[in-house]
Amino acid sequence: MSSTAPSTARSEPGAAARPTAGLTAGLTAGLTAGLTAGPVTGSVHSWDISTGVDGPGTRFVVFTAGCPLRCLYCHNPDTWQRRSGTPTTADELMARIKRYRRFIEIAGGGVTVSGGEPLQQPAFTGEILRRCRELGLHTALDTSGFLGERATDAMLADTDLVLLDVKSWDPRTYRRVTRAGLSPTLRFARRLAELGTPTWIRFVLVPGLTDAEENVDGLAAFAATLPNVEHVDVLPYHRMAEHKYAELGLPYPLPGVEPPDAALLERVHAQFRAHGVTSR
Amino acid sequence: MSITLETWHVAEKGAWRGFHRGIWCSDIDVRDFVRANYTPYTGDEGFLAGPTTRTLAVWDRLTAMFPEERARGIHDVDASTPSSITSHAPGYIDRDRELIVGLQTDAPLKRAIMPNGGLRMVENGLAAYGYTPDPRVNEIFTKYRKTHNAGVFDAYTPRIRAARRSGVITGLPDAYGRGRIIGDYRRVALYGVDQLIEVKKAELRTLDEVLSSPDVIRDREELAEQIRALGELKEMAASYGFDIAGPAGTAQEAIQWLYFGYLAAVKEQNGAAMSLGRTSTFLDVYLQRDLEEGTIDESWAQELVDDFVIKLRIVRFLRTPEYDQLFSGDPTWVTESIGGMGRDGRTLVTRTSFRFLQTLHNLGPAPEPNLTVLWSPDLPEGFKRFCARTSIETSSIQYENDELLRPEYGDDTAIACCVSAAPVGRQMQFFGARVNLAKTLLYAINGGRDEITGEQVGPALPLVTGDYLSYDEVAAALDRMMDWLAETYVDALNVIHYMHDKYAYERIEMALHDYPVKRTLACGIAGLSVAADSLSAIRYGGVRVIRDETGLAVDYVVEGGYPAFGNDDDRVDDIAAGLVRSFMEKIRRYPSYRGAEHTQSVLTITSNVVYGEHTGNTPDGRRAGEPFAPGANPMNGRDRHGMVASALSVAKLPYDQAKDGISLTNTVTPAGLGRTPAERIGNLAGLLDGYFDGGGFHMNVNVLNRDILLDAMDNPDKYPQLTIRVSGYAVNFVRLTRKQQLDVVNRTFHGSL
Repeated sequence: MSSTAPSTARSEPGAAARPTAGLTAGLTAGLTAGLTAGPVTGSVHSWDISTGVDGPGTRFVVFTAGCPLRCLYCHNPDTWQRRSGTPTTADELMARIKRYRRFIEIAGGGVTVSGGEPLQQPAFTGEILRRCRELGLHTALDTSGFLGERATDAMLADTDLVLLDVKSWDPRTYRRVTRAGLSPTLRFARRLAELGTPTWIRFVLVPGLTDAEENVDGLAAFAATLPNVEHVDVLPYHRMAEHKYAELGLPYPLPGVEPPDAALLERVHAQFRAHGVTSR
Repeated sequence: MSITLETWHVAEKGAWRGFHRGIWCSDIDVRDFVRANYTPYTGDEGFLAGPTTRTLAVWDRLTAMFPEERARGIHDVDASTPSSITSHAPGYIDRDRELIVGLQTDAPLKRAIMPNGGLRMVENGLAAYGYTPDPRVNEIFTKYRKTHNAGVFDAYTPRIRAARRSGVITGLPDAYGRGRIIGDYRRVALYGVDQLIEVKKAELRTLDEVLSSPDVIRDREELAEQIRALGELKEMAASYGFDIAGPAGTAQEAIQWLYFGYLAAVKEQNGAAMSLGRTSTFLDVYLQRDLEEGTIDESWAQELVDDFVIKLRIVRFLRTPEYDQLFSGDPTWVTESIGGMGRDGRTLVTRTSFRFLQTLHNLGPAPEPNLTVLWSPDLPEGFKRFCARTSIETSSIQYENDELLRPEYGDDTAIACCVSAAPVGRQMQFFGARVNLAKTLLYAINGGRDEITGEQVGPALPLVTGDYLSYDEVAAALDRMMDWLAETYVDALNVIHYMHDKYAYERIEMALHDYPVKRTLACGIAGLSVAADSLSAIRYGGVRVIRDETGLAVDYVVEGGYPAFGNDDDRVDDIAAGLVRSFMEKIRRYPSYRGAEHTQSVLTITSNVVYGEHTGNTPDGRRAGEPFAPGANPMNGRDRHGMVASALSVAKLPYDQAKDGISLTNTVTPAGLGRTPAERIGNLAGLLDGYFDGGGFHMNVNVLNRDILLDAMDNPDKYPQLTIRVSGYAVNFVRLTRKQQLDVVNRTFHGSL
């Protein structure tokens, strides 16, 4: 048995994130804060409230469903498919977030839109960030940057912090890890620097995959050129998602790969230090 | 009750020199004394001192004895001397080095027997650890002197016995001391014993002209016993070379006098919980005066507190292995309540609040004394951060909501046991253990028959019929079964407390209370989240019943998903809150012994495992024998939105209908609080602020370090709810393979470096 999904969305799965039009939408448009023709709807995988992992403090974290990347070390393969999420209107999600507004304000923290890839649903993500900002909550966007071009300047203006997952510096490694190209992420990173949006870079360290010295060195050198980057989080690869692959009937992409040991972690931190980049 | 102000007390060299006077000089009123004389402290922990070599020498001598005690179950016992305040010769750990003296018997870790509560507990305890019960003790307590236990079983009804045997009502204090009564031990230090005796005599005189009804006779006898106990307290102190007739004149004396008061209590009562009260800020007045007079320095002040706490760490009782299994280990609940805010807006945090917590750093983590911080968002930031740091490093602190306690009980409230609050010296409770609400639900479905034995335990009410459970039908049947349960339960408690007063009266603890005293009847419920989830499953998921050939419902198939308690979902949280409200309302209907005010707790301590063992399959999908969640916790693994959402479900349980407390235990990893130590401290303090602001009552905070994770790998049963959160993703630690666990152990600690 399980608890039910976080929202009480009633729309059909096929209608997820598709702006509705016509008479029905017109009737409900007045209830939504957005300027679109109907309620802004997203596909949400899940939500939780966590501390110290997805941005500063205690945060409401919404995980959107759907991601264009297929990272070999992905620990949330259950968020790859947009259709596997629950259709949720921005109103519904905001009603949920508002329940925790006081808690978050008192405990210190904010709201993080994570995924999946939140920029696969830019209208929904932008709407949530904007409305959280209006409530005075600290906002964070957790993204690979691969779809960075879909983030409007207005959306980024509503974002207090970007958690930018740079999967690798070496383009070949990046493609091997994600099955996609690196350049959109770098363009997005430079754009964030131009906008001055505070950013934490996140880098998952996988022995034998992302740990090459040149790969780390290149990322460190790049991070050093971005004044908006507050620090780099080096996230040690872990295997705790193995059972999720089994449940989804998927082969585990990194069989036999072990988490990094202390020596490797220290080497990587030292590489960031050498470029004057704070890592943790 | 008025006292005589001794002028020499306030003289230059008197015990009360330099103190601001107030009501406390003419009435027994320690709270007033504290308020008039304490120095709030709003700084950080920078002033604290580490352990001295003397402290460590005393502590090392004990720690060398602990392994043998653990291996054998007990270190030693005096099997022949029924314990009383004066029964044993003085005992020492290291006579030349101890700053605060006094042991329960003539040697450290040597346990005493206390047959007044129950002879069987004594004899079974002795036998379990390889000691031969003394036939003379047996003769005395079977032939000449009756015990509480014997009295209770003379008066139990068949109905109570059946409910007790089946486990629908369990843990009743009918074979041992009820405990949870906190004497105001500070009075011994502030006033000296002679003044306390005079006040008790005056209280007794108020009954001289009252006709001798049974109530009045009992009060007179109790007051006479209290006076006798105070005399014995002086005698016991004298055996250690101290005259405590007058007030304490220095900090060392104040701690010593106070400790003698407490020691007298634990020499005479094997209570389930023998809590200390709220002593740190009181003692700070004396430590501060000595510091200002220049007679001690910070290192000495800390040393005194460390030495006191060492004594509190080695309070021991002889209990049976079954008892220890029920309560996981050998707990004594020497609860000390620290911090909180005053009604005048000043914080009650003092330097000595820090010094008590510092013992966890100086002596290492320990379960006892049960250091309990009364938390308010208004506490000074430096103290909040020190608490959070200490929790993160030791997992040894529990927190209670001062913002709920203060309006209810005032700002001199202390916690007995885990979550039971009362103003010190003015209110006592009749401890009532708890009923099993999950099992009661099964009784409701089965018309009062036990789901395991098939025996008719409850009333033979109509069975719930049909292949599928109907919510309305089950809810109505549960309501009727809860009526029966409440009546049987209060009836049992009345018998127990009548007999406890008669045969095992807490003379010294009650001598350190006001007369007359306010009493509560502390009932309790276990299995709340199982019962609430079961009702939710019936209502929202659909539950099919499987019956055996006798028609007994023995299993349930949950056919759809349902909202589970612990996800901040009102659909089921309202069911849980409704159960709390409804049972409290039913309890109140039955008159209590001595007119005690009915209260209840949602608390299992650690007996959730044993309650689970005695409960069959439940309609929420829980299998027979599976443990319940502890206290008011959501069931393990069903809270899917993180600790905060889970805690906020618990915070919805109405405290005004559970004034004996609502317990929540949370376990987080250091990484679940943040990536750097400073971040973790700030985040944990923030979480506590948020939870208590949100109406939460209590939180046990476990922040697990590497050793605990390794221990959990070898002893998974001890850590059923250990959850590892990783960036929006949670796993149940004990369900991971050994290899994955090692993975977590390595990653967590590397990640925090």
